[in-house]
Amino acid sequence: MIISMTLELKDIPGQLVLALEPISEFQGNIMGVVHQHEEKTPRGTIPVQVMFEIEQSRLAELTERLEKSGVRVARVGEERLRSSVYVILIGHIVHSDMGDTIDKIDSTGFAEVVELSLSMPGIDKPSSAYLVINAVSDRELDKALDILRDVANRKELLLIETIRLNSGGT
Amino acid sequence: MKTVRISLIGFGAVGQGVASTVLSKRDFLKKQGIDLRFVGITDSKGSEVDENGIDLEAAISRKKDTGSVATGDMTALEIIRNVKHEIMVDVTPTNIDDGEPGLGNMLSAFGAGRHVVTSNKGPLALRFSELNEAAEDNGLFFRYEATVAGAVPIFNLVHEALAGNTVTGIEGILNGTCNYILTRMTEERMPYKLALKEAQELGFAETDPTYDVGGIDAALKLVIIANSIFGTGATYHDVDVTGITKITPEALELASNNNSVIKLVCEAVNGTLKVAPRLVPKRHPLAVGGTLNVASIQTDLAGRITISGKGAGSIETASSILSDIIYIARHV
Repeated sequence: MIISMTLELKDIPGQLVLALEPISEFQGNIMGVVHQHEEKTPRGTIPVQVMFEIEQSRLAELTERLEKSGVRVARVGEERLRSSVYVILIGHIVHSDMGDTIDKIDSTGFAEVVELSLSMPGIDKPSSAYLVINAVSDRELDKALDILRDVANRKELLLIETIRLNSGGT
Repeated sequence: MKTVRISLIGFGAVGQGVASTVLSKRDFLKKQGIDLRFVGITDSKGSEVDENGIDLEAAISRKKDTGSVATGDMTALEIIRNVKHEIMVDVTPTNIDDGEPGLGNMLSAFGAGRHVVTSNKGPLALRFSELNEAAEDNGLFFRYEATVAGAVPIFNLVHEALAGNTVTGIEGILNGTCNYILTRMTEERMPYKLALKEAQELGFAETDPTYDVGGIDAALKLVIIANSIFGTGATYHDVDVTGITKITPEALELASNNNSVIKLVCEAVNGTLKVAPRLVPKRHPLAVGGTLNVASIQTDLAGRITISGKGAGSIETASSILSDIIYIARHV
């Protein structure tokens, strides 16, 4: 799951590392950090927003560890993959390492392949795959599609994208 | 009664369609106060010239009987330059290598002070700006509704009916052959090759289908749209083109299971021109079947306007040509 966490750090050196280290320790994949140095809280602490991916079972333990080390966890929220798109790939999908193709999207941290249907009519015939990709927002979805376009191009797969649906009026 | 003299350059399926349409609309045109007089008709074998007006019925039956309209050997360029008339209608075949003979016909017509109406894509896809300038420099009309999407009035819609709007993007299906093939592959789960063969047997696809299935024809039409509507000066080389030859029945089935179809979509959005197979939701206005064409125009004032209709056929194409002729007749 992708978590968005607001932390409050003391205004002394070394606090950011103190906050981020445990996330890595718990195998969290940090996707973004916003450090608002000039916006102090009434308590004199500095708010930091961190977005990371982590296994759900480890979240409570992580929060506890952060609090123990003096980092105040002000807010924890699950960042849902709100944008979604589906595409079709045609070509030698399996033989061009399908796992790698999916990995290229999943490893971004902001997008993932959440559905895959594959049709393989014969060994020498091109396969067809239907993929649903989810991402944190439309911007990240565009980035994920860019990655997929690049991968499809390199692996000589035909990528069929959906027409623009958000240009209104339909 | 206003007499408008016309030369008809090219007398194949479309040329004959124009002649028979004008014949069938004679009473209507009379009521409009327009007398269309054909003073020259040419085909590849020769020509007929009559400054008092050619008998169209006789011309059509002579073409059917002898294979040619010719009663003399005056060339197209000689007629365009030397026989007095107001509108030159070029319906010669599209040539995407150098645009000839259409390009020479059109430039000569503008040089001789004739308005031009055409269904010939080649010259427009290659040299749109030059042709448009030649028309403007000479204060002449240049009308080409029939070059894109047959009977569907895209240019009239944008330039006349939607005048004042800024068009921000256009998406469309502009090749009936591809649309037919993809529709049949979807409906009958046919492999691509079989659907292509069927299209060829029905006369929807040429013996060498590359021009259609490779997306070239659609790209040429998109170039004409980009030039006419966005004034971009684009050429065929500016279009990112992917055809339909790699589409599998399985891909169409996967799309269908998810309430979508695959269509060869032309897109002119944000300055980029693209022709590629795309997923279209089944209930989207672009999801038209068979040989139909469709264009969806995004505008700032009117919002999105979508029109669809027949993209080919001699009478359907003649509909657009006649509309252009009447437009000029009303304005001269």
